[in-house]
Amino acid sequence: MSRRLLLIEDEPNIAEAIRFLLTRDGWQVETHEDGADAVEKITAAAPDLVILDVMLPGKSGMDILRELRERVATRDLPVLMLTARGQSRDRDMAEKAGVSRFMTKPFSNAEVLTAVRDLHAQASRP
Amino acid sequence: MARDTLTGSRIRERRLMIGLRQADLARKVDISASYLNLIEHNRRRIGGKLLVDIAAALSVEPSMLTEGAEAALLATLREAAADAGSTAAEADRVDEFAGRFPGWAELLARLFRRVGSLERTVETLSDRLTHDPHLAASLHEVLSTAAAIRSTAAILAEPGELEAEWRDRFHRNLHQDAERLAESSKSLVGWLDDSEAGEDRTGVPVEQVEAFVAGRGHHFTELEKGGSVADVPLDNLASGAAREVARSMLAVYAADARAMPLPEMVSALDVLGLDPVALARRFGVGLPAMFRRLASLPEGVLPHEAGLVICDASGSILFRKPVTGFALPRHGESCPLWPLYAALGRPLVPIRRRVSQLGRNAAEFDCLAVAWPEGMPEFDSDPVIRSVMLILPVPTAERGRQAAQPVGASCRVCPRRDCAARREPSILSEGF
Repeated sequence: MSRRLLLIEDEPNIAEAIRFLLTRDGWQVETHEDGADAVEKITAAAPDLVILDVMLPGKSGMDILRELRERVATRDLPVLMLTARGQSRDRDMAEKAGVSRFMTKPFSNAEVLTAVRDLHAQASRP
Repeated sequence: MARDTLTGSRIRERRLMIGLRQADLARKVDISASYLNLIEHNRRRIGGKLLVDIAAALSVEPSMLTEGAEAALLATLREAAADAGSTAAEADRVDEFAGRFPGWAELLARLFRRVGSLERTVETLSDRLTHDPHLAASLHEVLSTAAAIRSTAAILAEPGELEAEWRDRFHRNLHQDAERLAESSKSLVGWLDDSEAGEDRTGVPVEQVEAFVAGRGHHFTELEKGGSVADVPLDNLASGAAREVARSMLAVYAADARAMPLPEMVSALDVLGLDPVALARRFGVGLPAMFRRLASLPEGVLPHEAGLVICDASGSILFRKPVTGFALPRHGESCPLWPLYAALGRPLVPIRRRVSQLGRNAAEFDCLAVAWPEGMPEFDSDPVIRSVMLILPVPTAERGRQAAQPVGASCRVCPRRDCAARREPSILSEGF
């Protein structure tokens, strides 16, 4: 069964590149670009992993993450967060909110692939 | 004390709640009052038929007596004690507390949850406020575009054939992003170079007041003509806090205008030139007042613009009047090399420095700063120190004639690497 990943990113060209990379890596990738209904989208899609941008229209990735962690169904969902703001304060905030991995833009493709594979492997362990 | 040893406390609590005497309950369940007393003080364990009988006599489920307060409540109380780091709270007796005072325990837990929720709100608001929205948006745009370019270019650079459809699409994306990067970089540099542009700065009260004062050209005709603060309409200020800050600022303005009336200032400038010390002597005022007054003169009185920054002893900016070419960060955290801060270390000693801001268009400025104790000094009380800096652009013809101290705007957007005063890495060097 294919591994499913939901990519919440409002930059279409970043989304396209990541979708290409991960599809080639065997993931079934769905993209979504609006923050406002992202929590509902994630809950409905029930993916194996989420890549979440911090600055989104409608609702920030940080708020989305907090809501995900408050819901039983998504409490342990692996979330890789992408941000253009890499200060330690932002990283601390993301960690407090329950992020699984935090990655600063501009990232390399290898970094994304490694992070996604690691997170999936961790989540798959019994 | 473990939870299951507190059944007695809960029995006592319930009995008192329904107004039943100890002797009456003992009689109902056919035990002695002294034995019930021992049970109620958790000195005898209880279970089986006796527990069922007592629960029935107290009209509760036996589990209410054995399990007591909800586990979640206990967990919250423990969390509250741990979070406070308090040695005063008897964390090891939390079960007893929750069992004996369920109402208070619930109240405490609710307040703790409320504090947690408020802290998260503060964190979120702080996150939104402490980062300049314009700068954050511009940098986000640049870095996001850079991420897209990096990712796309890496895919195209991989060895082997890429399907034509994907290749064409990525070439198109790359071209779009390159264009976008050029535009957003240009816009970012333009924004950094144009610190006095009239952006929406309606954030915290100080910023609202700055926008209001800037809207009036930093000059209040009502006060120049001897009017009072009440004569200045403050309707444009949305919040009460902003109006209060504005009134306080206008009161100082009015006092300065009375001490240094505009016609006399113009005449004195004609005679003495732009010499703040000589002018201060002429009017019998301190340098801080003269700096403020010079920065509030209407356009055309001085040969060039005059910027002004005032801060308190913590370094927090209280007021800013921008001047072209000298970037004044909007959310504090300015460059510690500014003479404004050097003056804080030597109150009442005027400091003059010629400076140039790095990473900009090499403009030079004469910065005149002085710190002073605000209000009347009192015994056994530390003075409230403030510092003010007048920023005067150096005419183009005079630039480069004397050494100018390099300073920045704030560490975050300063490219200087070997700076002993640096607080945090520059996002410019990180991001590109």
